[in-house]
Order: sequence, then structure tokens, then C-alpha cells
Amino acid sequence: MNYDVTITIALKEGMLNPEARAIRHALANLGFPTEDLSTARLYRITLDAADVAAAEEEARQMCERLLANPVIHHYTIEVE
Amino acid sequence: MKFAVVQFGGSNCDQDTYHVLTDVCGVDTDLVWYKDGLRRPYDAVVLPGGFSYGDYLRAGAIAARTPVMAEIVRHAKSGGLVLGICNGAQIGSEAGLVPGTFTLNAYPKFISRHAYLRVENTTSPFTGLYREGEVIRVPIAHKEGRYVAPDDVIARLNGDGRVAFRFCDEHGNITPESNPNGSAENITGVLSEAGNVLAMMPHPERASEAALGSEDGVKIFNSMIAHIEEHGHRGPMR
Repeated sequence: MNYDVTITIALKEGMLNPEARAIRHALANLGFPTEDLSTARLYRITLDAADVAAAEEEARQMCERLLANPVIHHYTIEVE
Repeated sequence: MKFAVVQFGGSNCDQDTYHVLTDVCGVDTDLVWYKDGLRRPYDAVVLPGGFSYGDYLRAGAIAARTPVMAEIVRHAKSGGLVLGICNGAQIGSEAGLVPGTFTLNAYPKFISRHAYLRVENTTSPFTGLYREGEVIRVPIAHKEGRYVAPDDVIARLNGDGRVAFRFCDEHGNITPESNPNGSAENITGVLSEAGNVLAMMPHPERASEAALGSEDGVKIFNSMIAHIEEHGHRGPMR
């Protein structure tokens, strides 16, 4: 059956995030001072799998083999 | 001796690299469209600069998963030389040919200018014609060129002499000010474990003729040629 998978990929803790820094700076210029700001990329994928565990495993393989770079990223997977 | 320059959709330094190899260095070179694959053995494969697949996902990530890259990984595993320049370096790291990754510059904008590099290794197939500590002037042109790797990987690269180039000032000093993109320890040229793959962000093909303001980069191509002439492509690597 079809499962909706949400994959979120973000930089590992402590990794320099120049994009987040620039956005935070721009927000401050607009009068929105922030204590912290991070960014992540979200993928919504619909796929066919035998069960939730199989869908999760499929998504994990996608992250390991393409969507994430293990040097700098960590990822979370949610299956509905 | 035969070189290949591999063209992906979005490569844009392929013709420059081909020109330098054929017209400046005089080496027999094929331009290889990625869909055609490696149709014959090559002594060296060059992955040129550009914006393969529009830098979608991460620079180099999509090109790294093409079938021709599986062939190039096999070529490298059998001892063949691979030089990745700029986007080619990003593709090479994404394909696992060298450790670490090249990601968004510390100041997240595109940088296009000359940079000074200190030659850190003079025994690799790519750097044999340089003097140790030589300072060379080679252009950079990238937005995702900041070298990142875990601390233990950096330590191993240093210990094994696998850092080929570091950003420096004109006198060869390695300083934060001379590090244009925030790379770890100013590293901008990394050798594979066996030494037969070099991934570098600067563009040696743009510094290979006097008319372009610097000939400092041509020694990389000439080092490869000299290495292959002396050892064949399976010779000692570092």
C-alpha cells in the first residue's frame, strides 16, 4: 500500500550554517531579533511498501544513498 | 597515453580543460558525454568544473550517482588517475572518491577571484613538478567550496600527506584571512587514500597559459603526464 513519508534533513549539531546566519541577520534587520535559527530541508514522498517498517527502511536508504550527506547531515523519517 | 574529460549536463569548464590538455599539454584527450560512458581504458579521467544538474540537492550530488561515475570509481579503484576540479571535486567527494565534502562557503556567496595556494605535497601524481611549499596563483569560482570533514579525517589527511593544497597569502602563510571560503585548515585540495585521486576547488585550467595571467596550474596536468610516462597509471602514488 501507499505510505506518505516525510524526510527532514538538517545539518548536524555544531555545523556552520551560513544560510541560517544570513537569514537571522536579515530578520534582525526587519526588527525580529532571534535567539537561534536553523534551517532544514523537507521531502514529502509517497511510495508503495509492504508495511510501515519497509517504508521506513526505503526512506532510510534514500537518505543514505542520495538525500543526505553523512559528513554534514542528520535526518529524521516519519511515515503515515 | 589517453585522457578523458567527462561532460555532464551543466558542465561548463569541459572545453577549457580539453583545450589545455590537448593544445597546451599536447596529450591525447577525449571529451566523453556522461551517457556514453568510458568506452575504452583511460590513463586519467578529469571531472571538469561547472554546475552539473544545476547544483540541485547539493553541488555534485546528482552527477555522483550517474552510471559513468560508477565506472570512474572502478577506474580509480584499479589505480587510474582522477582529477576533480571545482564541480568535479564536489562530484568526486559526493561519489566517495575522497573523504569529506565541499559545502556552502562560510560567507554564503559566489566567489570568483584569484587565490594563492601553498603546495603541501610534491610526491603525488598531480603535484610532482612543484617545489615543496611553492606558492601558486590559481583562480577560484564557487559558492559551495568550503571543505568540511570530521576532525579524525583531517588528522589522517595531515598525517598521511594527503592535503595537496591549502589557501595561503602571497607569501605562503596559512591564515584565516587567506581562507576565502572558510575551509577546514584552509584545505582546498585533497588526495584519496591511494593518492591517485585529487579533488580541488581552484581551477588549474584557468591558470595554464600566460595570456590568462598565470601558468601556475599547468604543472598539475604536466605532473599527471610525467607520472604516467614514468610509471604507467598504476605506479606509486605518493
